[in-house]
Amino acid sequence: MDIKDTIEGSFHIVGGDFSRAGEASTEIKSILQSLGFNKEIVRRAAIATFEAEMNIIIFTTAGILRYEITPERIKIIAQDMGPGIEDIKLAMQEGYSTAPDWVREMGWGSGMGLPNMKKNSDEFKIDSVVGEGTTVEMVIYLDNTHS
Amino acid sequence: MKVNDLRDMLSLQVLTEGVSLDAEVLGGYVSDLLSDVMANAKEGDIWITLQTHLNIVAIASLKGITGIIIVNGRRPDEETLKKASEEGIPIMSTKESAFEVAGKLYKALNV
Repeated sequence: MDIKDTIEGSFHIVGGDFSRAGEASTEIKSILQSLGFNKEIVRRAAIATFEAEMNIIIFTTAGILRYEITPERIKIIAQDMGPGIEDIKLAMQEGYSTAPDWVREMGWGSGMGLPNMKKNSDEFKIDSVVGEGTTVEMVIYLDNTHS
Repeated sequence: MKVNDLRDMLSLQVLTEGVSLDAEVLGGYVSDLLSDVMANAKEGDIWITLQTHLNIVAIASLKGITGIIIVNGRRPDEETLKKASEEGIPIMSTKESAFEVAGKLYKALNV
């Protein structure tokens, strides 16, 4: 299917609400599937979005996950009202996590979230202000990968 | 091999109700770290884990996992089973350890 206009939307995510984890990414995944994108693009976008969604749930009070799909790319922006990240370089290291023990016992907080997001996007930007919040912007290019 | 063949072979207890066990099992993945499963499990895999909470269903669904085997006799809560039934993801349990289940699955799939 060809996309002529920009398709966009957003989800409000409530911090601490683990029962709704995955809702936003599942919906974005089905939108991408219905547009006929190939599996690899859908897979990458779904992983990146799910990790962004989880970070909002685990670490923040609330956040917004926005998506924009154009004929060239998928852009996902996750903006939260969280504690912010003190040392982004450290946070980007695989295995580094500030998640509390109970979150780790659930199998989250293994320090793979941000690296997974970066790995699955073509462009990855992160801005954070301690005490205010964090914004992550991810772009996945579609190139000739329409099926 | 289908999920129901695996159930018979490993004497798994099926905990979800009304969920089809007809999907073809293409492989398996063993992990209790959810980001690891998200990054590395493949579509068609059976997921072997000791995690029992609700989020395992969302991950399985997003990744196209054919079924979840919960090891060491652990039991998921009702919320997890309800969600799994809605999403069509079979959840099965066994008293065996992840090592035993993975070993048998690996052998059976001959991968």
